[in-house]
Amino acid sequence: MRYSGWKVIKEALTGHRGWGPAWRDATPQAQYDYVIIGGGGHGLATAYYLAKQFKQSRIAVVEKGWIGGGNVGRNTTIIRSNYLLDGNEPFYEFSLKLWEGLEQELNYNAMVSQRGILNLIHSDAQRDAFTRRGNAMILNGADAELLSTQQILDRYPFLNVNDARFPIKGGLAQHRGGTVRHDAVAWGYARGADQCGVDIIQNCEVTGFRIENGTVKGVETSRGFIGAKKVAACVAGSSSRLMEKAGMRLPIESHVLQAFVSEGLKPVLPGVITFGAGHFYCSQSDKGGLVFGGDIDGYNSYAQRGNLPVVEDVAEGGMAIFPMLGRARLLRMWGGIMDMSMDGSPIIDRTHVDGLYFNGGWCYGGFKATPASGYAYAHLLATDRPHETATAYRFDRFAKGRMIDEKGMGNQPNLH
Amino acid sequence: MIINHPLLGPRDAAEFVYKGDAALIHRPDGMAPDALESFIEYGYLRDNPAGEHRELWFHEQGDRSWLVVSRNTLTHEITSVELARDVARREGRSK
Repeated sequence: MRYSGWKVIKEALTGHRGWGPAWRDATPQAQYDYVIIGGGGHGLATAYYLAKQFKQSRIAVVEKGWIGGGNVGRNTTIIRSNYLLDGNEPFYEFSLKLWEGLEQELNYNAMVSQRGILNLIHSDAQRDAFTRRGNAMILNGADAELLSTQQILDRYPFLNVNDARFPIKGGLAQHRGGTVRHDAVAWGYARGADQCGVDIIQNCEVTGFRIENGTVKGVETSRGFIGAKKVAACVAGSSSRLMEKAGMRLPIESHVLQAFVSEGLKPVLPGVITFGAGHFYCSQSDKGGLVFGGDIDGYNSYAQRGNLPVVEDVAEGGMAIFPMLGRARLLRMWGGIMDMSMDGSPIIDRTHVDGLYFNGGWCYGGFKATPASGYAYAHLLATDRPHETATAYRFDRFAKGRMIDEKGMGNQPNLH
Repeated sequence: MIINHPLLGPRDAAEFVYKGDAALIHRPDGMAPDALESFIEYGYLRDNPAGEHRELWFHEQGDRSWLVVSRNTLTHEITSVELARDVARREGRSK
């Protein structure tokens, strides 16, 4: 079924009896060409591009719970491509371009809203660093603009630019950045993949890999063995737990990141603001809630909930820069589990097992990468070569000293 | 989280800095023939278990001692806290 304005009007006039399920609830077959583990945004995008763009068939996505129930449903929905390093920026710009065409591509309203993202500057040194980053973005075909304090006040008159510790001295804006309705991304890709014949198998937990003579033969699941020529892990947050079943130790620690949403308000915040120095960022959802967050809690966790010191830190950061936030009541707060990698950048690569592939290590930046991650992973699965924008995301970069460390923090995952 | 410091009693975890897996106590021998490989593992690979995890915490806002904390990563429950010095000596470091 194709969605359109006419279809909405027709259904409105006929009692909404013509809407069908957006995807089939498939039961597992005995054998597939590709089994993708993880029905989150990245896994579903991988399945979609594998079927649609790379013309592969006999594809299954197996998901432990329900699709879109993990980190694609727990993030703060921001898209951007404001990176510095060559290993990253072309990939994230490719992702942003895919976001720009996503809704037409999928025939699905994902509410892609390019309302712009602004990184605040507080010192001369930071202005130099952000100028360099903006130039790197422009060199890679992205957009970037350095704004003065007055230009920022014209758009965000409520910001406290005279904070004693972190006065606002300007900002780096990417006007093509913005937000997307996160659940709709999972649903849109699921519907698109389903229409290309992909089996989406929910409530099917992978309990092990069947590996013979160094080659993967399929996966053991809670719904029985599923054979596959190629198995693609795509479970960021739980990557270590899954890959341990294939005998792998990863350059990853799992950490909890908290996020918050206020009660619904009238439109007050037109774009996305990040106050990195104060560990705070914020946007306003289309429903009206102020969606905000800060740093990870900083200790290994699989608990999907954090602790109060970070709640306090985020609230303080928010109040310092955005004092009117104090008048809004907090509606909900939650935590998601991040694959924090050793250099803060992801991995899309083969493994030591033939036919077993890995996608993970997205740190707290996986959502914006969803389309490019799926596309690049599908490219790797279909052709056995990395996509041109993802050649740096290799496992062996740590052994070879080719880390992609945007923040220059070294191999300490909780600092990225 | 409250960390029950062996010398100072219960302290807020916010006073501490988190380092990571307590296996980092055992730095490989830099002169061994397999030093390169063991340092890549030591520097970059982690068990990252879901469940019991022994980890290093540094009491930066307190007495600046290093602790080995056993904590469940699924529940955040802390089951034991020791001075890292005692653990290291018991396990054969810095005899």
